[in-house]
Amino acid sequence: MSTVTLSKIVKRFGAFTAVHDTSLEFGEGQFVTLLGPSGCGKTTTLRMIAGLLDPSEGDILIGGRRVNDIPIHKRNLGIVFQNYALFPHKTVAENVAFGLKYRNVPKDEAARRVAEALDLVQLPQVGDRYPKALSGGQQQRIALARAIVIEPDVLLLDEPLSALDANLREDMRVELKRIQDRIGVTTVFVTHDQSEALAMSDSIVVMSNGRVEQVGAPEEVYNTPASEFVAQFLGASNILAATCTGRANGTVTLDAPVFGRLGIPAERAPQVAGAGPAKLVLRAEKLHLAARGTTDGQAASADAVVEAVDYQGQAARYFLRAGAHRFQAVNMIDGRPFAAGAEVTLHLRPQDCAALPGDPA
Amino acid sequence: MSVEAREARQPWILLSPALTALVLLLFVPLLFIVVYSFWLRSAAGADQAGFYLDNWREALGDAFYRDILLGTLRIAAITTLVCALMGYPAAYFIARSKGNKVLLLLLLMLPFWISYIIRTMSWINILGTSGALNSVLLSLGIVSEPLRMLYNETTVILGLVHFLLPFMVLNVYVSLDGIDTNLEDAANSLGATRWQAFTQVTLPLSLPGLAAGGLLCFVLGAGTYITPLVLGGPRDAMFANLVYEAIITQLNWPLGSALSLMLLAVLGVLVAIYNRYLGMAQLAKGLG
Repeated sequence: MSTVTLSKIVKRFGAFTAVHDTSLEFGEGQFVTLLGPSGCGKTTTLRMIAGLLDPSEGDILIGGRRVNDIPIHKRNLGIVFQNYALFPHKTVAENVAFGLKYRNVPKDEAARRVAEALDLVQLPQVGDRYPKALSGGQQQRIALARAIVIEPDVLLLDEPLSALDANLREDMRVELKRIQDRIGVTTVFVTHDQSEALAMSDSIVVMSNGRVEQVGAPEEVYNTPASEFVAQFLGASNILAATCTGRANGTVTLDAPVFGRLGIPAERAPQVAGAGPAKLVLRAEKLHLAARGTTDGQAASADAVVEAVDYQGQAARYFLRAGAHRFQAVNMIDGRPFAAGAEVTLHLRPQDCAALPGDPA
Repeated sequence: MSVEAREARQPWILLSPALTALVLLLFVPLLFIVVYSFWLRSAAGADQAGFYLDNWREALGDAFYRDILLGTLRIAAITTLVCALMGYPAAYFIARSKGNKVLLLLLLMLPFWISYIIRTMSWINILGTSGALNSVLLSLGIVSEPLRMLYNETTVILGLVHFLLPFMVLNVYVSLDGIDTNLEDAANSLGATRWQAFTQVTLPLSLPGLAAGGLLCFVLGAGTYITPLVLGGPRDAMFANLVYEAIITQLNWPLGSALSLMLLAVLGVLVAIYNRYLGMAQLAKGLG
């Protein structure tokens, strides 16, 4: 168990800069997620921590020790790869025991630890089988067992769930978090899936184009996005150009199109200093549809027309038009969803909104 | 006809041209050779049809043939070993190169565009008494008279390696290219050095390719007669040269048939052993 510190890390591939000047600190025992679309630099960052890539600039510290010049096989890290990377010519038990061979663990102790690790991933009886004979989810568990049996200082997970099908992915998500809680190892998890990031992390690092957009706890990143990119990437958001008329008494007041004047809690608009251009961030989940004419005491409202509906079972995604503006809303379905063409009223509670500084004119 | 019956017939319809060619051009002539091997050669010219074991008695009983067969297998084995030692690193380099693999593979195939005989004969211009190497050595004053480098077992092996190396490289390349590079990374992350990761993971996983390349090199090497003819001395004859000698020079078709079947049987046993443990599919992968 160790802290991980990245200090002014830069990674260039030829003329292309994959990771720009990045500094991050992951606390001991934390589950940290690097989240972003493909090509954002999250995997490159993970591979630098792993020692599979050398940073062009900057230092990497694990447990306070600079590891830039320490080769991967001496870093004592557990890595789980996206495609499992189990050794196909070795049995499951041999796979799990692989790392123990290089740590001079006596044979009987190694056997005991392999059995423990297989117990931990709930596959105690597959030791004699070859990886090929296991399902994708089982192979992933074995890959995890192989990575944690060596008691690594840091566990690195490179999109470990993305090769699994949807149901299994959610099971493994819970399972992975349970195991991480149990052994308490500092974990760096790379994913492009925002729901995985929100569900599992102590801290989320949102990355885009090789830069860190925001670091924070899941609620923080979700509720108070630090940039338009974060607002869009973690769930759909509607972003409206608005004008801030003032910041006082813990409230930031915005004049926004469609919804008019809104008083937003100041902690949801930390970057909006005072009067001037601003952006209103409306979460699609926080925009509630109701039959035309209904009112909700504490909510701002606006009339809109449903243009299209994307039915998702328990919820529906609505594509709406209100005047010249288009919105997306995701609502739980209570009874029947609204149909395309329906005239509705949108309700919005100002305390569910966030605000960002506007583009300088 | 039911759908199942039609589906069952389909592969045979697709295979029929190839099967026809195989039967007419390989199995039938092979059968002739088997029949021939029991005939008796007569000095008068017309071979005597019948069932005589004389040729087989001579082929199997004469120590001359046995020694040359063993020598042939030894040369093929040395050639295969040299090809493996030289070909594996080259294949590893191509498989792991981040640059233009297609170009590298094309360069590897390039020699196939020139006739094998021409390629073999080119060594005469390099190693001959007035060849390139001797010219350089003479002009540099390192030697005062040309070295005799040609026409011995070493040059035969050299020629065979030159001919067979691409087969080894291609087969090893195919199996190395199919190995996920994450496996080595995973081994490294678990504490194995690069060399340990190679011996523990990459090498065992590439053994099927190495075995397929080895089999091809061995069988092609053991069956060659051009290389020893062009680059070997009078005492470097390989088994196929004996067959050639018997059939073309002495016109002793019955004996030549028995000898060629002998070589076929030895190499066939080898292929059967390979097939038993590794399967022919691996060989097909390497050739495709």
